[in-house]
Amino acid sequence: MIRSIILALVLVVLSMPAFAVEPGEMLKDPALEARARELSKEVRCLVCQNQSIDDSNAGLAKDLRVILRERLVAGDSDSEIKTFLVERYGDFVLLKPPVKAETLFLWYGPFAIGVLGAIGVAVFLLRRRDGGGDEAVPMPLSDDERKRIDALMSEQDRKA
Amino acid sequence: MIAEIGHYALVLAFFVAIAQVVVPLYGAARRDTALMGFAAPAASAQFLCIAIAFGALMHAYITSDFSVANVAQNSHSLKPLLYKISGVWGNHEGSMVFWVLILALFGFAVAAFGRQLPDSLKARVISIQGLIGLAFLAFILLTSNPFERLDPAPLDGRDLNPLLQDPGLAFHPPMLYIGYVGFSLAFSFAMAALIEGRVDPAWARWVRPWTLAAWTFLTAGITLGSWWAYYELGWGGWWFWDPVENASFMPWLAGTALLHSAIVVEKRDALKAWTILLAIITFSLSLMGTFLVRSGILTSVHAFAVDPERGLFILGILIVAVGGSLTLFAVRAPALKAGGLFAPVSREGGLVLNNLILSVATVTVFIGTLYPLFLDAMTGDKVSVGAPFFNATFVPVMIPLLVLLAIGPLLPWKRGNLRAAVEKLWVSALFTVVVAGGILVLEKGAPLAPVLGFGFAAWVAGGVVTELTERIRLFRIPLGDSLRRLFNLPGAAYGMSLAHLGMAVFICGATGEMNWTRELVATARAGDTLTLGQYELVLEKVERSQGPNYFRDMATLNVSKDGVPYATLHPERRLYPVQQMPTTEAAIRSGISGDLYVAIGEGSDLGGYIVRVWVKPLVPWIWAGAMMMVLGGLFSLSDRRLRIGAPKRSRRRPAAPAVTEAGD
Repeated sequence: MIRSIILALVLVVLSMPAFAVEPGEMLKDPALEARARELSKEVRCLVCQNQSIDDSNAGLAKDLRVILRERLVAGDSDSEIKTFLVERYGDFVLLKPPVKAETLFLWYGPFAIGVLGAIGVAVFLLRRRDGGGDEAVPMPLSDDERKRIDALMSEQDRKA
Repeated sequence: MIAEIGHYALVLAFFVAIAQVVVPLYGAARRDTALMGFAAPAASAQFLCIAIAFGALMHAYITSDFSVANVAQNSHSLKPLLYKISGVWGNHEGSMVFWVLILALFGFAVAAFGRQLPDSLKARVISIQGLIGLAFLAFILLTSNPFERLDPAPLDGRDLNPLLQDPGLAFHPPMLYIGYVGFSLAFSFAMAALIEGRVDPAWARWVRPWTLAAWTFLTAGITLGSWWAYYELGWGGWWFWDPVENASFMPWLAGTALLHSAIVVEKRDALKAWTILLAIITFSLSLMGTFLVRSGILTSVHAFAVDPERGLFILGILIVAVGGSLTLFAVRAPALKAGGLFAPVSREGGLVLNNLILSVATVTVFIGTLYPLFLDAMTGDKVSVGAPFFNATFVPVMIPLLVLLAIGPLLPWKRGNLRAAVEKLWVSALFTVVVAGGILVLEKGAPLAPVLGFGFAAWVAGGVVTELTERIRLFRIPLGDSLRRLFNLPGAAYGMSLAHLGMAVFICGATGEMNWTRELVATARAGDTLTLGQYELVLEKVERSQGPNYFRDMATLNVSKDGVPYATLHPERRLYPVQQMPTTEAAIRSGISGDLYVAIGEGSDLGGYIVRVWVKPLVPWIWAGAMMMVLGGLFSLSDRRLRIGAPKRSRRRPAAPAVTEAGD
């Protein structure tokens, strides 16, 4: 419901005439049209609430769909079209923000927190280790320690 | 008059809440039984007052009392009764009253069913629950009074947004609210435990069922909302990574983690501090969701700045609740005694990893949802974070969880053997390879996404079946004994298997829909034939008629599949004159292999109608998977009595009014 209220609000404000992609807009070449559809899913309808131009019925979305297709027909690559749109409307137009200084935390924040969390969990798990009974058992020996003990033991053996 | 009674009841509830907070808390500190005993009747009175207020508001809606401003703005005399009722929570003020109603209901539940709880814990839980209620009652009374009158009263109302006039959406908010307000109880228990300085398995036994109940409702609520978006918005999407969706999804993720960590507290008396922290985080995310949605900050930061009163109020509540609870946690958590020990490779270890992954997933959604607001506030730069971002980040985060999901339940408590667990999974591994390979061949090696999607689904499903066969020792003891074991499994075991299997089914549905959807958009006149895949659709006619509060164009399409008559579909396009708003009513024919989805647009100037046809494979699996999770939750809840054991039996007595308890 909560989503719907906002969505609804947006829809009321925009009160759109018809559908998202309309038959008249579509390109004859199916391969090019398929590219257009994929690309439109990553382009934001700037006046909408979190809708791509592929989904949106707003007039602006329609204009953007038409522009995008014109560029495709003119032979632009996907990234050229995105650059073109960003120059006109800013990063806001891309639903998947570009990786740059301002978005570093957005893209890598979860990853960094995941790594920190994993380290925390590893430390925690190793400390929680159980010898099988209810009593805590000492940490098992590391390879180094084992070697040193072996060395000491064999030294003792030799002495004996 | 009735509206005034409602308003009065709300004010009364506010004062009852003050007493509910202060008296039991003080009583618990002084170990005064009489003062602690005040908690239960106060919670009952609180619930009663808010129920009266809610009833009064509902009365105003049902009788279309347009002298109440809230009703005039959100209802209409011609609206069907169901939507008059659902209109109560279909607007800001009403939904907040509903919010506190659910909150008070959970407080009342502790009062009514909490006989076995230690007095001081019960008093403190009810007190904290009252404190949350107090904050939100103040919010309603000061900024969002639903009982405000209009003079003169208008002749008719402005109607409820037509998109909300839908059966799916009538029930979506109550489910969702029971879900995420339900986490308040986990929060109250966490706070009470911190004040007491004690967390034991008995505490977890209480927290877990309530968390599970809230989680089950939240799952159902989110699913219902998703289903509604799918058929009502007319473009066949079911999840948009919209901030408002994320607002309910974050508590779900954190709540899922909480469910799993509470198991460890209950069974092994470990992970106590973490579980408390998760309970705090889960409810804080619920509060944040309320803030995001209710403050209007999502529509635009600007709108928030122009009318900040409500937003700032909830932000204040959020800051006090989160800050206060985290401070209490920081002060008291070190005092909690660490519980049972376990090896890294063990059931506990698996659940810790589950929690790690779910937490990272929550953080991913959190950062993605709030980053645009944050960046805008800090630098004024605007970025969009939409579905493509979440698909690129959230999905990879969840993949390790799916791998783990098959292994974890096979590990024994305390100390396990990873190799032994993995060896048990060889049949699953084979099944996974066969499924993934099959898809690879079917798809001629093209995109990898469906191969991975179905592969992981097969792995998860295989893991569930393996765990179940291990549990009933299939083929290792006589078949009859295995079957007897199967029937005697505790509800929680069924619950886990069902919910995990639901996950696999859901992944299939989501993968199928995202990768194999086919679409046709065309302008058609009566008599035209459209072809998509195996389907042929003939547009017979489009007729105009009138519904109770709308006009509609209803199309009739005869569909044949592989040349055999398959269905007759009636997609509609409606216009609600009061709100001057069109809606689409898609026609969907569901089968086990997928949906045929048809929507019509406006008539075009050139004659004919725009028709959109989709073949959406496996979409019903999305809902089926989610419903299996809900069923799993219910099964697991049914196990409660068994799990808690003998002392519970006394509870078969009908719950007497909590008032008598005060005299105890």
